Amino acid sequence: MALLELNGIAKHFGAIEALKGVDLTLKTGEVVGLMGDNGAGKSTLVKIIAGNFPPTEGEIRMSGDVKHFHKPVDARAEGIEVVYQDLALCNNLTAAANVFLGREVKRGVGPFRVLDYGAMYARAAELFRELKSETRPRDLVKQMSGGQRQAVAIARTRLSDAKIVLMDEPTAAISVRQVAEVLDLIRRLKDRGIAVVLISHRMPDVFAVSDRVIVMRRGSKVADKAISQTSPEEVTGLITGAIRTA
Amino acid sequence: MSSQSTASHAAIEEVTHLRERSFLQRMLTRQPFWVTVAVLVIVGAMTLYQPTAFASADNFFNITRNFAFIGIMALGMTAVILTGGIDLSVGSTMGLVGVVCGLVLQAGQHWAIAIAAALLAGAATGAVNGILIAYVGLPSFVVTLGMLSIARSLAIVLSQNKIIYQLGPWGDAFDAIGGGDIFGIANPVWLLIIMALVFGYVFNFTAWGRYLFAIGGNENAARLTGVPVKRIKLQAYIVSAMTAAIASVMIVGWQGSAINALGTGYELRVIASTVIGGASLIGGEGGAFGAVVGAALIELIRNSLLMAGVDSNWQGTFVGLFICLAVLLQRIRHRPSE
Ligand SMILES: Nc1ncnc2c1ncn2[C@@H]1O[C@H](COP(=O)(O)OP(=O)(O)O)[C@@H](O)[C@H]1O
Ligand SMILES: [Mg+2]
Repeated sequence: MALLELNGIAKHFGAIEALKGVDLTLKTGEVVGLMGDNGAGKSTLVKIIAGNFPPTEGEIRMSGDVKHFHKPVDARAEGIEVVYQDLALCNNLTAAANVFLGREVKRGVGPFRVLDYGAMYARAAELFRELKSETRPRDLVKQMSGGQRQAVAIARTRLSDAKIVLMDEPTAAISVRQVAEVLDLIRRLKDRGIAVVLISHRMPDVFAVSDRVIVMRRGSKVADKAISQTSPEEVTGLITGAIRTA
Repeated sequence: MSSQSTASHAAIEEVTHLRERSFLQRMLTRQPFWVTVAVLVIVGAMTLYQPTAFASADNFFNITRNFAFIGIMALGMTAVILTGGIDLSVGSTMGLVGVVCGLVLQAGQHWAIAIAAALLAGAATGAVNGILIAYVGLPSFVVTLGMLSIARSLAIVLSQNKIIYQLGPWGDAFDAIGGGDIFGIANPVWLLIIMALVFGYVFNFTAWGRYLFAIGGNENAARLTGVPVKRIKLQAYIVSAMTAAIASVMIVGWQGSAINALGTGYELRVIASTVIGGASLIGGEGGAFGAVVGAALIELIRNSLLMAGVDSNWQGTFVGLFICLAVLLQRIRHRPSE
């Protein structure tokens, strides 16, 4: 049974049909590249899976059960974590504070429940070590490189027992070396049996880590193929519309 | 293999820890530290210049009591400013709450009821602000500017534009709370100290405090990660208005009467205190200690001008200049060069 199954997902924003009847399945430990031109509906699809807004039509199933996500917390409770396009980090807080944002570790009782800084620093350090990142828990995010910021956003997804990690353009605005770091992070998630949906415009990145590639065009899914069954040329053709379907 | 990699990472941690800035280095980049230095320098200079008038117990009592009211409100204002908002209505809230207090006492009610009514009136004002800002989504500047006008007008209407002198049978007990002192230090100052410690604790050691910073840093990120952004913002405006109510209770007790003009123009002094103390008007930066030393600096300057024989109305000019200077300093410190 598929870990995640989308059936006939449509999303309308007023007159705009951002998604039209999209079907998609995701298996445990699978990395799926999600590609498509600007406005193709990739972010919208990811946001529906993440519970940012409900679909206009269609259903979401996890391990066969129908789910309704009303807010991001609902999806998170089901083991779906997101690394947003803008990373959703607070620059004025430390790496550890960002990792634990909304899920702080506390100690004490009643009104005297205080933040357990020690525990959060220790756990964050452990997560960064696991991700083989040099990010330091006490550093402010505003002082960090793009790769380190990615590590913070990804470490956040490792706090709970995530089953699915959705990544929206994680390699869009960072240097080549940092891209390699992020791709490594994705492989590490896969090693732990986590399914990853990777939105990217960068063909080499998608082909480097994905098992499967899904191509969207104008709100519809136009291709869903194993990486070994396709080529960057074919995917490019599908994205631009030079090739209709595959 | 894995133990080797943990070992090498531990080593990196050790090395990099050394490169983290020392406590002293961090202090030197903090605005509250420099404001404290400025306070001490002014105190030192004035003590040399006016040893009898300035450095007297009486003057110390006056200065500390005067800035205690502003300081208390600056603590609440810090909560709002941390979220990236602003509360322009605190001065008017103070006036409205003062009149409510006066009327309740005048009606012969117990002082505890007067204080309860004051806190309730404050909370209600803050709740109106907070609901319009957090849930309806109006800009804080506009909403609290509206409340500045509404609360003042209500204060005038309720008081029938008269000063309330007759504070009833419980008036003396009520006056003793705001007007009294313990061990030679005015009660409002003790209250400021206690509240500063409580706010410092809340800002630094509770999830609620952290969420204020998070909302000010990146509201969208806070929302996406599950921070109850709307509720926290609402609560911040209630807290701000409650501190205005508390300051009002103390000031009415000290003055022994309630006037509807109480707190006029205080919003600027309160905001100036927080900003001078290092709070960023963009949000996400600030603290309890900074708010208190900021308030202290403003009052100290006013007092020093008086002592130096300068018209104390120049204070407004200084407050304005200081706000600009503080914001300019923040701009410089936030250059991407770091
Ligand atoms: N919140 C929204 N309101 C209205 N239209 C939207 C919204 N979000 C996305 N859209 C529209 O939906 C379409 C798909 O957008 P998006 O999913 O962001 O595409 P992609 O991520 O593939 O570039 C675009 O036409 C976009 O303008
Ligand atoms: Mg997008």
